[in-house]
Amino acid sequence: MSKILIVAEHLDGQLNSSTARCVTCAKQIGTQAIEVLVLAADPAGIAAQAARIDGVSKVLCVAHARNDHALAAVYAPQIAAVAKNGYSHVLAPSTTFGKDVLPRAAALLGVAQVSDISSVEGPHLFKRPVYAGSAVVTVEAPAGEILVGTVRPASYPAAGTAASAAPIQNIPLDIALPDHTRFVELVHGKNDRPDLQSARCVVSGGRGLGSDEDFALIYALADKLGAAVGASRAAVDAGYVPSELQVGQTGKIIAPELYIAIGVSGAIQHLAGIKDAGTIVVINKDSEAPIFEVADFGLVGDLFTLVPELIAAIG
Amino acid sequence: MKILVGYKRVIDSNARIQVRPDGLGVVTDGVKLSANPFDDIALEEALRLREKGVAGEVVVAAIGPTDAQAHIRNALAMGANRAIHIVTADAVQPLTAARTLLKLIEKEQPGIVLLGKQAIDDDCNQTGQMLAALWDRPQATSASKVEVNGSVARITREVDAGLETIEVDLPAVITADLRLNEPRFIKLPDIMKAKSKPIEAIAFDSLGVESGDHLKITHYAPPPTRNKGVIVNDVAELVSALKAKGLI
Repeated sequence: MSKILIVAEHLDGQLNSSTARCVTCAKQIGTQAIEVLVLAADPAGIAAQAARIDGVSKVLCVAHARNDHALAAVYAPQIAAVAKNGYSHVLAPSTTFGKDVLPRAAALLGVAQVSDISSVEGPHLFKRPVYAGSAVVTVEAPAGEILVGTVRPASYPAAGTAASAAPIQNIPLDIALPDHTRFVELVHGKNDRPDLQSARCVVSGGRGLGSDEDFALIYALADKLGAAVGASRAAVDAGYVPSELQVGQTGKIIAPELYIAIGVSGAIQHLAGIKDAGTIVVINKDSEAPIFEVADFGLVGDLFTLVPELIAAIG
Repeated sequence: MKILVGYKRVIDSNARIQVRPDGLGVVTDGVKLSANPFDDIALEEALRLREKGVAGEVVVAAIGPTDAQAHIRNALAMGANRAIHIVTADAVQPLTAARTLLKLIEKEQPGIVLLGKQAIDDDCNQTGQMLAALWDRPQATSASKVEVNGSVARITREVDAGLETIEVDLPAVITADLRLNEPRFIKLPDIMKAKSKPIEAIAFDSLGVESGDHLKITHYAPPPTRNKGVIVNDVAELVSALKAKGLI
């Protein structure tokens, strides 16, 4: 009997869309039940959102003040304890949340973890990228133990909305939680734009922008398109934009319908983050830049001339 | 305080990765090997903490084949005091690596264990978290800033939403992200000095580590390629192409 547990990612009372992407992956594994675990100080609102994801059979909540922030040392023992209740698989998104929390739970369960699942080949057979996406491996996990895996959100569309809500069940916390790890603060960049990881369209800037003042061109184009803004590592390292905008192997892996890369050279680590985009547009003055290898539409020329032209042409 | 640093050897980040025709791995013959870049950052942070007087000794631990010695010498040349080489011909998976490092922790009693957040070969991003779980100690992954104050460390982490700061009681596991620091270059006199620094070789089998290599990689394949695109001549052509696809 297979029964899948998905650990919900949430922030400020909002369920992250990566959770619904994990549900799509879970459906492909084939299962009798998909249950979502919400660990939070006040899980009711988040649980209500999770209960409306199509395919979810039940939502489990652990309400506890110590679950106020997603600390791996606090979450992992709770995940491991719940996982032992007959689950065949435990999944979380391979966002910075899942990457932090889930290996800790796997080790507590004494099992390996399959990171960054990009394709389901069987209940215990998966594909995942390695070497920054330069190779894809097929990984076989033992059938006799709980499969713990992180799901690459860019590989799966979010599951839709269910007609009726799944039942929500509060479960008691009967284990001791450590107090050796404490949340201090989370500093967000102020950003009213669409979320980078779920946006339909993303405009990214690279070192070619030359300064944080000139990066304003990227924001202007993004605003025109209703797009999210991303950046290459070089642009983040140069201080043009905050680190949470970085797209690539060590930043965010994204799959928008339209990706526009401007002044981005296209290091392999950046390409690893955009390979699943629907259409890739590249604007760069260097026609030899590696980013052109993945472009559906390339435009060679000076971005400071072309981007304002593009903004005007979109109308 | 002692700091233990994990130091893995991987295919160099600038090497072009090619999948073997038999699908059993990637081509390694004649390919340059280097330290995992995130491990170099972890080591650099440990050295800076020693220079600030936070730590007294930096010990590097590597798990790898006999010929990884030259690689370990690089860590000593960078400034580590000594090294432990767990000798095994086979690559180990993260759970096994974590169990192995735990054995070294029991022996060395470090105040901080610094690892790279992930190795750039298998891209697993697991070992630090697994080690912290098995050790039953705090973890601070993807660190971009580390401040140690007595028995407490304050770490800023790069997370999807921004920069998160947490406080942990030591001992703890910290994993390094890209922007934690820029590793120093090795100078020639340091290479000479490193030759006299001790490397303790321990046979992996002698540690009695229960293998956590539960996963079997059955096949390597090149990534799917994207269809070849077109170069458009001007903005007007680009806009009409995107409009034709209903994208704008």
